[in-house]
Amino acid sequence: MKIRAQIGKVLNLDKCIGCHTCSVTCKNVWTNREGMEYAWFNNVETKPGTGYPDDWEDQERWNGGWKRTRSGKIKPKMGGKLAVLAKLFGNPDLPQIDDYYEPFTFDYEHLQRAPESGASPTARPRSLLTGERMEKIEGGPNWEEILGGEFSKRSRDTNFDGLQREIYGEFKNTFMMYLPRLCEHCLNPSCAAACPSGAIYKREEDGIVLIDQEKCRGWRMCVSGCPYKKIYFNWSSGKSEKCTFCYPRIESGQPTVCSETCVGRIRYLGVILYDADRIETAASVEDVTRLYHEQLDVFLDPTNPAVIEQARRDGIPDAWIEAAARSPVYRLAMDWRVAFPLHPEFRTLPMVWYVPPLSPLQSAAEAGMIEMDGAVPDVRSLRIPVRYLANLLTAGEEEPVVRALERMLAMRAYMRSKTVEEAADEEIARRVGLTGPQIEDMYRLMALARYEDRFVIPTTHRETAEDAYDLQGSCGFSFGNEGSGGSSRPNLFGSPRRRSVTVRTPTEFIR
Amino acid sequence: MAGYLDTLVFGIYPYVALAVLVVGSVVRYDREPYTWRSGSSQLLRRRQLIAGSVLFHAGVLVVFVGHLVGLLTPIGIFEALGVTHGFKQLMAIVVGGMAGAVALVGATMLAHRRFFDARVRAQSSFSDNLVIAILWVQLALGLLTIPVSLGHLDGAEMVRLMAWAQGIFTFDPDAASYVAGAHPIFKLHLFLGLTIFVIFPFTRLVHMLSVPIRYLWRPGYQVVRSRPAPRSRAGRGSSPAR
Repeated sequence: MKIRAQIGKVLNLDKCIGCHTCSVTCKNVWTNREGMEYAWFNNVETKPGTGYPDDWEDQERWNGGWKRTRSGKIKPKMGGKLAVLAKLFGNPDLPQIDDYYEPFTFDYEHLQRAPESGASPTARPRSLLTGERMEKIEGGPNWEEILGGEFSKRSRDTNFDGLQREIYGEFKNTFMMYLPRLCEHCLNPSCAAACPSGAIYKREEDGIVLIDQEKCRGWRMCVSGCPYKKIYFNWSSGKSEKCTFCYPRIESGQPTVCSETCVGRIRYLGVILYDADRIETAASVEDVTRLYHEQLDVFLDPTNPAVIEQARRDGIPDAWIEAAARSPVYRLAMDWRVAFPLHPEFRTLPMVWYVPPLSPLQSAAEAGMIEMDGAVPDVRSLRIPVRYLANLLTAGEEEPVVRALERMLAMRAYMRSKTVEEAADEEIARRVGLTGPQIEDMYRLMALARYEDRFVIPTTHRETAEDAYDLQGSCGFSFGNEGSGGSSRPNLFGSPRRRSVTVRTPTEFIR
Repeated sequence: MAGYLDTLVFGIYPYVALAVLVVGSVVRYDREPYTWRSGSSQLLRRRQLIAGSVLFHAGVLVVFVGHLVGLLTPIGIFEALGVTHGFKQLMAIVVGGMAGAVALVGATMLAHRRFFDARVRAQSSFSDNLVIAILWVQLALGLLTIPVSLGHLDGAEMVRLMAWAQGIFTFDPDAASYVAGAHPIFKLHLFLGLTIFVIFPFTRLVHMLSVPIRYLWRPGYQVVRSRPAPRSRAGRGSSPAR
């Protein structure tokens, strides 16, 4: 057993209102630059839909993630090491930027400078790639917002597998949900596996997966390797970039920007202790529906004295072990089993998990006839088909999703009985395999969702690994040559034009 | 005058070019690692890239290895192996000619894409344009030497070119004189080749030095980076707020 710690994340889709605040704050902080306009480290999709980039879930098309070979080993679906190298010159699995969308801006200046004319001036779109005018914008990071577009296109969504998709094109059967997506910071990252330069690595101390910008050579294999398409090729710098899990914030004990600014308070961050030696076994299990359960087995109980002892031996700081015991992620995923990994069948063992959303009853007219299981309606009469959620979260196995939805409904019924009837109905809790106090804990974390309950993030112990005196006077976060861009632009070595690389002092600014 | 030019271009310029190549690459690798990249534009436009790039790279790799082995292997080794000069020249013409033609087709596709695709053109730097143009011309010049070579199949000219290349690396003061009498096409080809060395560190060509063959023997698939073991863990850092 080799214990490592990771800051995991859970998103409670039941509370996501699709406001995109997470996407916008993330973009403003991380990707608001030339070459990355089209990239959204965090984006919110409306499901069902093909998403962003187009059809990202369809690995028959993009060859992302892992596949299990006949010998029971796993290798990247895009191919073993030789096959990856063979794609260096031209990568057939790489999306073109139009599969995301062509980045654009609008001719805002025209609004101010237009001469007098019969019709009021308009700001027309202009491509950020060519500078040319675009007649029509044909895509965006959220092109299917609230079921926009034709059902025929949206129904290509692979989560319809096993369902009669035509039925859900009918107005009375239609359903939708939001799916905010970011890098999964997988235990078994296929992007890192596909990187020929070895520039992508997982940090041992907190599990964050990063790209070393100085080691990346722009071979662009990671873009194909990642089944979530959450690695973006910066077409200006020629390097790949990805969600950093806001590691400077995490290191200092703060939540990521997307989590901090989430209006619906749907995001949870907490420590998960896991057994690194079990990753390969778990990821290579034959039956894809076992992958969710195998990943649960990789997680370790932070209250178990044997685990604590081994964690200490493996160098995990006490503050982290203590935080693991109070981790909201552990409680949602392990204690209550209401959170699930996104597409475990990709075999990457993702670490951003999702609580499935409840949805209105299928037909209000039939409300009186709905199957009631005690005080709780049958989850199969909810508008979002259980099978759809199972395809998304458990590789098609419905039972765990059903149980999670039942527990969430039971939580509502229990708290209703407690607050309205002033007599908590313990029978409701017992039916879903929980106790009254557990349900109240769930209610506290999921419904009240106080800041300090949602985010239990121990600070990183940088001081033990670095000599702070070496760092004094250096730039905190900069590319390459410590913020020195030279005096010419672009510089001698073809470094991309940066709008500003140095901090201007107030006197310089005034001058 | 001609002798002066020959000495300058084939006696002195090679050392300038090699020095710029080596020092420039080392400095760039050390000072500007963020700029060290292959500079792929496949994301912007897939069309022509895959076929063009595969043809170009495959051809160029063969040509490159051919030049390296053909020019720098001491002639004695070939003689010891029983390879006659004439046979070696024929091999160079046939293999080099085919690979060069393949590379030229690829380079033409890439050049067309670079100069005529609106997106790629808009995002190409001067050095991107220069590199594809100069490589295209160099490939064409290389192929144009074939008719000249076919005119004398005894391999003598080739041996003189080998002596020049090896003379540069053995600091032979007379190196330039070996190629003084070569056909102008060869001279132009040599000069442009040396010029590619000069621009090498300042362009995307540096990605050649980063061919990721180490990937093949990198253990397993995953890369995990750890910090050095903490000296003492007890009581360090802060716990999250309760």
